[in-house]
Amino acid sequence: MLALRRRLLAAGLAAAAAALFGARALAQEKVIRVTARRFEFSPSDIELKKGEPVVLEFTTADVLMGFSLPDFKLRTDIPPGQVARLRFTPDRVGSFEFVCDNFCGEFHEDMSGKIRVTA
Amino acid sequence: MSESIDRREFLKLAGLGGAVFVSGLAGCAGMAGTKQEDFYFVQLSDTHWGFRGPALNPDADGTLQKAVAAVNALSFEPDFIVFTGDLTHTTDDPAERRRRLAQFRDIVSGLKNRNVRFMPGEHDASLDNGQAWKELFGPSYYSFDHKGVHFAAIDNVSDASARIGEAQLAWLRADLAKLDKDAPIVVFTHRPLFDLMPQWDWATRDGAQAIELLMPYRNVTVFYGHIHQEHHHMTGHIAHHSAKSLIFPLIAPGSQPKRAPVPWDAAQPYKGLGFRGIETELAKAAYEITEFPVAKA
Repeated sequence: MLALRRRLLAAGLAAAAAALFGARALAQEKVIRVTARRFEFSPSDIELKKGEPVVLEFTTADVLMGFSLPDFKLRTDIPPGQVARLRFTPDRVGSFEFVCDNFCGEFHEDMSGKIRVTA
Repeated sequence: MSESIDRREFLKLAGLGGAVFVSGLAGCAGMAGTKQEDFYFVQLSDTHWGFRGPALNPDADGTLQKAVAAVNALSFEPDFIVFTGDLTHTTDDPAERRRRLAQFRDIVSGLKNRNVRFMPGEHDASLDNGQAWKELFGPSYYSFDHKGVHFAAIDNVSDASARIGEAQLAWLRADLAKLDKDAPIVVFTHRPLFDLMPQWDWATRDGAQAIELLMPYRNVTVFYGHIHQEHHHMTGHIAHHSAKSLIFPLIAPGSQPKRAPVPWDAAQPYKGLGFRGIETELAKAAYEITEFPVAKA
């Protein structure tokens, strides 16, 4: 019985530690909110640090949009009325183009931006 | 001297075409039970009827008619003509979309050759899942056989996310299953099936699945549009050839960070615009592609 209590106590402490660690990890994540509307992203020029985790949060002000960052093989749909999230850690420096990949109208081809990753 | 050699020699001697590109095949067996005979067809693409932008094309209302006249003036009658998408420039107004598609259809009814095949581009079809386009032109994907060559038209634009989709991929799988692995196959599509430049939306989301279905077939050639310029690429043994536009050219893939059109050059009007003739040379296992200007400079 005593052994069982000890095991339960240990498990509880471990869970609490994991929750605390997880909360700290989340607290460290940088969140960047991006709004898509025909035919632009705002912001369209995003600066990130190599090795720094980031959450990109997308909303659309009008129709279904897409966000595609081909160099990192990342993409998401951005449906109206929802928040779309992409979590990633840039692993290289440089300037990387992103684009709307759901056709949204006449100037869809102009709907792009760049992520600049610095050391 | 055969008619095909006459035609080729004529094109060279008359200097009618631009650069001639020969696309080799692995060696054609021809389709079982069909007569193999060389022939000639014409590809036009990205006419964008309804586009307004004088800095890019001050003759947007007249370029398509000039292309029709240029095709009609070819000295050799093609067996058929294919338009590989973006017949019209997109509009949010469904009535205007139908009006532009109908106007396009009326103008190209001036082609002397009545055997004309059509495909949608994202400007025609992506805002209404191809509804208006299908009303005027019929099914957006299909196949047909012509003189021993199997042609498959793949729709990668009616879905705004640039997907071919499971239903169409299943159709393609079944369509190809009837063919010998050596049969000559030509694919028409609008967007590139491979990842030419995803940063510029020059790709098909599930294009790799179509290529995987085509890969077991030894003689496959793809003709597409979308990128408004001539481009040649191989995925394994499969050749992909994009066509010029008939409204404005775009810059070469990856030549600068952002995709951009090439402005109109008043000193060289219609530069970069054109259409192509494709001649099968099945005995030599090749297609000879001749680029034609839209209008004489």
